[in-house]
Amino acid sequence: MKNPYKAQNIAFFFLFLSTLLIVVPVGLIVVIIVQKGLPGISWQFLSDIPRQGMRAGGIFPAIIGTLYLVSGAIVFALPIGLLAAIYLSEYSKDNLLNRVIKLAIVNLAGVPSVVYGLFGLALFVVFFKFGASIIAGSLTLGIMVLPIIITASREALESVPYSFREVSLSLGASKWQTIRHIVLPNAVPGILTGTILALGRAAGETAPILFTVAAFYLPRLPNSLFDQAMALPYHLYVISTQVPNVDEKIRYGTAFVLLALVLLMNLAAIVIRNRFRKKKKW
Amino acid sequence: MRKIKEFIIEKLILLCGIASIFFVIMIFLFLLKEGLAVFKSVSPFKFILGKSWYPISEPAQLGILPLILGSLLVTLGAAIISIPIGVGCAIYIAEIAPLRLKEILKAGIELLAAIPSVVLGFIGMVTLVPMVKNVFHLPTGLTALSGSIMLAFMAMPTIVTIAEDALYSVPKNYKEGALALGATHWQAIWRVMLPAASSGILAAVMLGLGRVIGETMAVMMITGNAAVLPQSILVPVRTLTATIAAEMGEAVVGSEHYFALFAVGIVLFVISFAINVTADLFLHKKQ
Repeated sequence: MKNPYKAQNIAFFFLFLSTLLIVVPVGLIVVIIVQKGLPGISWQFLSDIPRQGMRAGGIFPAIIGTLYLVSGAIVFALPIGLLAAIYLSEYSKDNLLNRVIKLAIVNLAGVPSVVYGLFGLALFVVFFKFGASIIAGSLTLGIMVLPIIITASREALESVPYSFREVSLSLGASKWQTIRHIVLPNAVPGILTGTILALGRAAGETAPILFTVAAFYLPRLPNSLFDQAMALPYHLYVISTQVPNVDEKIRYGTAFVLLALVLLMNLAAIVIRNRFRKKKKW
Repeated sequence: MRKIKEFIIEKLILLCGIASIFFVIMIFLFLLKEGLAVFKSVSPFKFILGKSWYPISEPAQLGILPLILGSLLVTLGAAIISIPIGVGCAIYIAEIAPLRLKEILKAGIELLAAIPSVVLGFIGMVTLVPMVKNVFHLPTGLTALSGSIMLAFMAMPTIVTIAEDALYSVPKNYKEGALALGATHWQAIWRVMLPAASSGILAAVMLGLGRVIGETMAVMMITGNAAVLPQSILVPVRTLTATIAAEMGEAVVGSEHYFALFAVGIVLFVISFAINVTADLFLHKKQ
């Protein structure tokens, strides 16, 4: 190599280029959806049922369906995930069981989303005879987001300084009292961040709800947990591939609402995380 | 009284601790329960290597080789695009970008990771697909290539984040030593940092590609879904995931078709399991 600084400049140029190749399309995607989707958004679009075979009207049932599914998933996943995180950070020793649990979490995070759909179909829809229903979809999504909640909560719990626990224990508190009154309150922002990220993920996933809950076209609101429901991501899939001649405004509008929902949740998570970092007392 | 309460709570915590193991096993068992039935009518060998997938003809032909090759082709294309760009971006963020820019770039990557795959599929349909069609003068833009490009974007957040972590955790004195010996910054990155972080970067690539193989909605929307042996990267293909997603809605519970789709699910589960376990080994080697 003749001139190492010249080589460095060339290399750094290509590294910068590859960064641009990722960041610019991301920006473009968001800009396109906002630009073409925003004009289609109106109160009527958000609050009306789909009409004329989804070619007109609004997306209200899909929004409500997604809200039901996401809340159901969190109600199921948050307690289990949080207790699992407490186990990993406070109770487990560095042994084989601990190692296997961590490996299981990694695998749970890596299982393809459509395989979760199959699992939900086999277990909740067919075996438990729930049928395609909100409860089957919520449970499937809940298991899917479990690794996100466990990982985030564990990190939050572990970042609470060890001395906090020692002080509490030395004052005569029991292990559970220490966890409940000292460790958990200090880990709340981190747990909250993980939970919101899990909400966002559950709201955007389509494959797990395809066969467990999603209704192609159901222009009314679900009455019970055992009803089918529409959901935003599946609705976007349907109107962009299955139904011909849907107005562009409706497609982009639906994409906009879904993207806005997911990005707002992520934004909230980032804001909480940053605020907490600044406030950190230790 | 308090002792009993704490005893119950601690058992409950242990129970939730092992819940992940329980769920992984449950997923595998239920896939096996529904999927293995297909091997009553077709041998595992014929299932994996059979060249035609006509699940609803009489008699049904259940060979998933076209689907496996479809998945591999799309994944290979995505790997070629995403590995250099993803690792390059990770190096840029970890080593070169100034602090302010670093925060912005990281937020951008997080943003990309957060976009739902159905939204990416939709955007791919309206922008990328017509572009591929026009550039290569094809009858349709719904090709393996379009899928590869879109999937590369879905692999990049994983690759960038984990590779950046790997570079970040290389001890600072490695780099300082190289610089003190007169190496340029780039020489230090190329000859010292990258080799030291190699197992972490390898894990990053594997996890990124694991995400690609398992990706469903975007692939189904833009690869054209033709279950034939792919001849080139410019023809429609169908992946393992898209087959399940597209056909399960029509398959009758308990039919041969239904069992076959679960068997495809077993294949996917085994692939993702192997990738995740290996990547995890690489990540632990680092420490």
